[in-house]
Amino acid sequence: MRDADAQPNRGSDCCATAMNETVPASTPSPAHAGDEFEREPVPPHALKGPTAFWGMYAGEHTAGTEFMIGPLFVAWGVNAFDLLVGLLVGNLLAVLSWRYITAPIATRYRLTLYYQLERICGRKLVVLYNLANGILFCFLAGAMITVSATAVGVPFPHIQMPTFQDTLPTNAAWCVTVLALGALMTFVAIRGYGFVARVGHLAAPWMFLVFVACGLVMLGKLGTFNLVELLTPAEGHESRIGFWGVVFFAWFCNAAMHIGMSDLSVLRFARKPSYGWASAAGMFLGHYIAWICAALLLVYWVREKGVDPSQGMAPGPMVWDAVGWAGLICVIIAGWTTANPTIYRAGLAFQSLYPRMSRATGTLIAGTICTLAGMFPAVAMKLLDFVGLYGTTLAPVGAVILAEVYLARRFGLPQEWATATGSSFNPAVLLAWAIPLGLFYWAYLHWGIFPSYLTLPVYLLTGVLYLILARVLHGRTAATARG
Amino acid sequence: MQTVLRILAFGALGLTVVPPFLFMIQQLGESAMKGWMLAGTFLWFATAPWALRGGAR
Repeated sequence: MRDADAQPNRGSDCCATAMNETVPASTPSPAHAGDEFEREPVPPHALKGPTAFWGMYAGEHTAGTEFMIGPLFVAWGVNAFDLLVGLLVGNLLAVLSWRYITAPIATRYRLTLYYQLERICGRKLVVLYNLANGILFCFLAGAMITVSATAVGVPFPHIQMPTFQDTLPTNAAWCVTVLALGALMTFVAIRGYGFVARVGHLAAPWMFLVFVACGLVMLGKLGTFNLVELLTPAEGHESRIGFWGVVFFAWFCNAAMHIGMSDLSVLRFARKPSYGWASAAGMFLGHYIAWICAALLLVYWVREKGVDPSQGMAPGPMVWDAVGWAGLICVIIAGWTTANPTIYRAGLAFQSLYPRMSRATGTLIAGTICTLAGMFPAVAMKLLDFVGLYGTTLAPVGAVILAEVYLARRFGLPQEWATATGSSFNPAVLLAWAIPLGLFYWAYLHWGIFPSYLTLPVYLLTGVLYLILARVLHGRTAATARG
Repeated sequence: MQTVLRILAFGALGLTVVPPFLFMIQQLGESAMKGWMLAGTFLWFATAPWALRGGAR
């Protein structure tokens, strides 16, 4: 699919956002205008074979943020069984979600999430969804800039690297590095990200092998192949999340894409729903092997160099120590190729709010926010939390689609209410999305609950509320529209 | 020519992962391992556009 340029490079991994969803149908990406079928079902001649999907998923889930997530599990004191088995179970559940929730709807209607949502909830609400997406993208891209900056900073001793505990900029040299990187990425995004997307496409197999290389080197340096022994945290290091925490994180770190349905835009090009199995390539290469290899980097620094696991270590110096220049190049490319499309798409999301604004201005605003966010290591260093917030915020719209497709008719509810009534705003969807989300943020802020635990409850509550509210608010309207 | 470049590209991937494996089993030194990996990196980006389907576009 990437080969045929039918879909843009969607960026990174758990952070692999459904970037194509941020693009309003009326403003197609220039690089893909005309071949994305944004407001019509994908025709049979445009469908793709299975290898395109296996390649795409494998590539997009091995990215710069993987260098953060693996070590963060170590910092959080996750034990060996929870990590090795929890990731296996969580990733399997994610693959099943893609296969049995996203792919059947994608191949049945062959529409983008954006257009499918517009038909249900109206254009104005889709703009709100885009805004939420755009803001979250900015912070995500900021985290990617942070990761890249830790690699750029390795040859410059004046740059103070952030630790896992840092939330504020570490020193002026750090800010200058992030500013320079962010400006460069924003400039490239304004020019269009075709070149960067191509580099990302080419780099994908090599990047995965660099992760594997890091793992092999660490095993060599640690002098044992016993993963269970290596991943067992030191005595007294309490685990912040247990087995189920790992399972839910692995399952829902891409919640926006599978149960949140943003991968409708990708899988609508699939000939059969069974192509949803291709997500296994991303989950088990990127979110299993790469995470464990990255985790071994911090294990080595904790055991051999006495680093406090809760303080952690920035990815750049760890990868430099493990595999040298190849590793630094990998961290920079991984961050760059994933941050760039994120900035580009965030810019388009902002542009969709003000159609008179040029794409360059929208991208400049997005790039500025991303760069400022990147100076603050808080997002990158709290990536496990942020990814949970991201998924829980965006995934619930998928529950509305799921309810619409499988339950609305059974409950006698109107289908595609906005299209049927010509309305641009569906209050039932807004309330069904906002109420559970408000409760979620309240619970997160007051009790500090790990966000991934709440993704499923919020998702289910949104679906149920939508059915009730659509019945209460639209029952009569629908009858009139049908009449 | 394309076949040669394709072979070189796969060789580059080999240079990315075989030296670390040899380092792990203590058959290769650390600096040599890093040097081979860097060579593999350059070779990959020089040849991958022809090795990957659609890469040259």
